[in-house]
Amino acid sequence: MSVRPPLPEQMLPECFVIRSETSEAYRVREHIANLLRHRGYDERDVIDIHQALEEALVNAIKHGNQCDCQKQLRISFCVDDDCFQICIEDEGSGFNPENVANPLSMEQLETPCGRGLLMMKHYMSEVSYLEPGNAVMMVKKRCGCREEE
Amino acid sequence: MAAQPKRLLEVQSIDNVAVVSIQQARVLDDQIIQQFGDQLKSLVDQAGHQRILLNFSKVEYLSSAALGKLVVLRKQVDAVKGKLALSNIDASIFEAFKITGFDRIFKIFDDEQEALQFLQK
Repeated sequence: MSVRPPLPEQMLPECFVIRSETSEAYRVREHIANLLRHRGYDERDVIDIHQALEEALVNAIKHGNQCDCQKQLRISFCVDDDCFQICIEDEGSGFNPENVANPLSMEQLETPCGRGLLMMKHYMSEVSYLEPGNAVMMVKKRCGCREEE
Repeated sequence: MAAQPKRLLEVQSIDNVAVVSIQQARVLDDQIIQQFGDQLKSLVDQAGHQRILLNFSKVEYLSSAALGKLVVLRKQVDAVKGKLALSNIDASIFEAFKITGFDRIFKIFDDEQEALQFLQK
């Protein structure tokens, strides 16, 4: 099993194709955090990205690849002076974020679905999904390069 | 040999309330979240506490999965007709509570004293 060839919008300068396991994913996440710090990103930005990656990687491994470690994840990213961009793709059939029940409704507050998506949107500047919904693209504008939140 | 689980909670009993200080700054990684959930669960299951105050003063980051463990604890506390309060939540963590709507389902207080007053009522 392997992830499909990258789409043009996924062609980012750095790319890792890894086994669908949290230990592997966390290694990439730490590598990214080190790159961001080396590039002089504010620690708040590094942590926001770290939080969003946690949610996105867990979603890809658990929901996308159904915890099957024979499957793969493709993590491609780009650290620029003004923003960080990343695409995480799994081998799942994808999902439509519009179909995820509103986790803020009283009926859904105690169920585990959708909270991670809310947190990703909160911590990143942009979050979007590539068809068929098995790849998430996220952008974080660097502190100082975005309007005060 | 399997690694000893990390002690993530420090529990002190004050007037029939279990005052629980979370010792882990970043509750983000899978293994830590699992241990966090297990240790929270044992507060009611094993130690039999019914009135619980969770102090977040040492916590800097929480993932959505870690927030989910709090929901499990709340259900356990409700099942034994107990009370649960949260205190000393840092502004950025409180943001996570707000964006996920958790500020509406938990009793949250600025400090331990206020939370203790609520729990002792």
